[in-house]
Amino acid sequence: MGKALMGLATGAAMLALGVGAADAQEKMKVGFVYVGPISDHGYSYQHDQGRLAVEKELGDKVTTTFVENVPEGADAERVIEQLASSGHKLIFTTSFGFMNPTLKVAQRHPDVKFEHATGYKRSANVATYSARFYEARTVIGQIAGKMTKSNIIGYIGSFPIPEVVSGINAFTIAMREVNPKAEVRVVWVNSWYDPGKEAEAAKALIDQGADVISLHTDSPAAIQVAQERGLWVFGQSSDMTRFGPKAHLTAIVDDWREYYVNRVKAALDGSWKSQDTWGGFKDHMLFLAPYNPALPADVVAAAEKTRTDIMEGKRHSFQGPVKDQSGKVVIAEGKQATDEQILKMDWYVEGVQGKVPK
Amino acid sequence: MSAELALIGPILAAMLAAATPLLFAALGELVVEKSGVLNLGVEGMMLVGAVCGFAVAVQTGSSTLGFVAGAAAGAGMAALFGVLTLLLLANQVATGLALTLFGVGLSALIGQGFVGIPIADVPELYIPGLTDLPVIGKALFGQDALVYLALAAVPAVHWFLYATRKGLILRAVGENHAAAHALGYKVIRIRFLAVLFGGAMSGMAGAFLSLDYTPMWAEGISSGRGWIALALVVFATWKPGRVLLGAWLFGGVTIAQLHVQGLGIDIPSQLLSMLPYLATVVVLVVISRDVARIRLNAPASLGKVFHPDA
Repeated sequence: MGKALMGLATGAAMLALGVGAADAQEKMKVGFVYVGPISDHGYSYQHDQGRLAVEKELGDKVTTTFVENVPEGADAERVIEQLASSGHKLIFTTSFGFMNPTLKVAQRHPDVKFEHATGYKRSANVATYSARFYEARTVIGQIAGKMTKSNIIGYIGSFPIPEVVSGINAFTIAMREVNPKAEVRVVWVNSWYDPGKEAEAAKALIDQGADVISLHTDSPAAIQVAQERGLWVFGQSSDMTRFGPKAHLTAIVDDWREYYVNRVKAALDGSWKSQDTWGGFKDHMLFLAPYNPALPADVVAAAEKTRTDIMEGKRHSFQGPVKDQSGKVVIAEGKQATDEQILKMDWYVEGVQGKVPK
Repeated sequence: MSAELALIGPILAAMLAAATPLLFAALGELVVEKSGVLNLGVEGMMLVGAVCGFAVAVQTGSSTLGFVAGAAAGAGMAALFGVLTLLLLANQVATGLALTLFGVGLSALIGQGFVGIPIADVPELYIPGLTDLPVIGKALFGQDALVYLALAAVPAVHWFLYATRKGLILRAVGENHAAAHALGYKVIRIRFLAVLFGGAMSGMAGAFLSLDYTPMWAEGISSGRGWIALALVVFATWKPGRVLLGAWLFGGVTIAQLHVQGLGIDIPSQLLSMLPYLATVVVLVVISRDVARIRLNAPASLGKVFHPDA
């Protein structure tokens, strides 16, 4: 159906422009901008899996281009501009820091469609999308609470933005539910991808007594450290088992394949609209990597129950009462955090050590 | 309190390890700059050293061979720089920057097949008795061999520069290449050797990262450490002993700020990450005045093109 519509639409446009039939075969160009290398085996790798899925399914109608290792900020604007002015009709920019550059370029190219991941600003030709990563963090937080013996859990953070802070909080709430004595120590590395520093952060946390490490950075360096020191760790964005088969408990796996294919189809058949998508387990945007065989059966069963409860809407990651560090109830008993509260979260729940950097 | 005390050992050990790549690269660059050449390509040479070292270690199963290969690859990159700047008289600053960009791309290309392959960590030293000492034992006597090699390079470089005739000639070339040439010294040959040494040291710094520090290859694994090493040479005002202090300070700040955060102490981590660069800027501003430049030991011919016929 999409193909027929597309044919009609292009046919009409070509006729109107008086262009020959040969050009009607021209494929739509779709661009992708990544913050890290696709070889990071984490965040950018997963976005590229989405791009490959688009190629596989719609390769006869589209061609794709990607640019990796794009720094957030002014450089990003040049890269996005370059894609937009070289005939790309749909451009996915996949990191939070690409938000303002994307909007700026979009203003200059009203005929190009943009999709920005993990941001909150939209316009007529800029849509946003993200996954409810915090849902998966609820599951791993629960596992961490059961697996820790030292009751100190290390958490390697990238930047103190709401997505990361809400992840820390979802993790901590679920952890304290099964183990009220456990606490989370956060170390910020101020980078999405710096293997050396991520490894240093993991070592520092382990030296301070942490026996489970969770991360919100993109390289597998911390997985190796945990493996070497004989402790537990959770992978981020991708299944990172092979970097530490003994240490890797499970991982939060992003899955953009279905979303990317659907959005490219929408752009092809003309039904694309600027919108906001925030999908979780039930939207197939989020998975958990296979559980480590070393996990006790009851821990796995409980984790699976939590996952399916979230999927079926029986459980929410921020179910009141939720207290902040001072003990004040922020989300009242019987209430759930609203999406807006989660998207603007800049405070820690009870059980996290330290303060959110400002 | 005792929990915090027990942290001193691990923090010291981590600081020494974090300082090691900086020490290798900065000592190499110090010799290069002492000969009057400015090679800004340290980051690129480090990356190529890291990926070649890793590749060879994976293929041969020997981390020693990997380390040697890393040094050789760094020297190879430096040879390219030497040919361009010393023989073809290209601008040193521009060529150095190009070398870094080239190294970033080349290392990513070579490394494609090596992402995600785990290798065995370089074994740590263990001296019965000494390594078991409380608090400092592990930090001082339980490190990997490369950490000690980097430390040993400090007095070695100092001795070479200030106690040997060859070192004296190298410094003379760096201070006034025209005079050294007039005295019959082979300015270009001496500088080329210095550049090769610097490249080999940068390559070792990279190989330390990929073989030892985080035993893996990841694109851009050096994450700006080459630039810190360059800054360190200026920060140390071209003195090997101060390079050591600087490396400990820079490495120490990195590790300390991670621990400070983990302990929940409220200092902005961005501020601490910024300190090394701030210190470098201050030194650079100070030496931009000629009087201060001489007092601070900067080689007078640094970065200037030498042409024997001129």
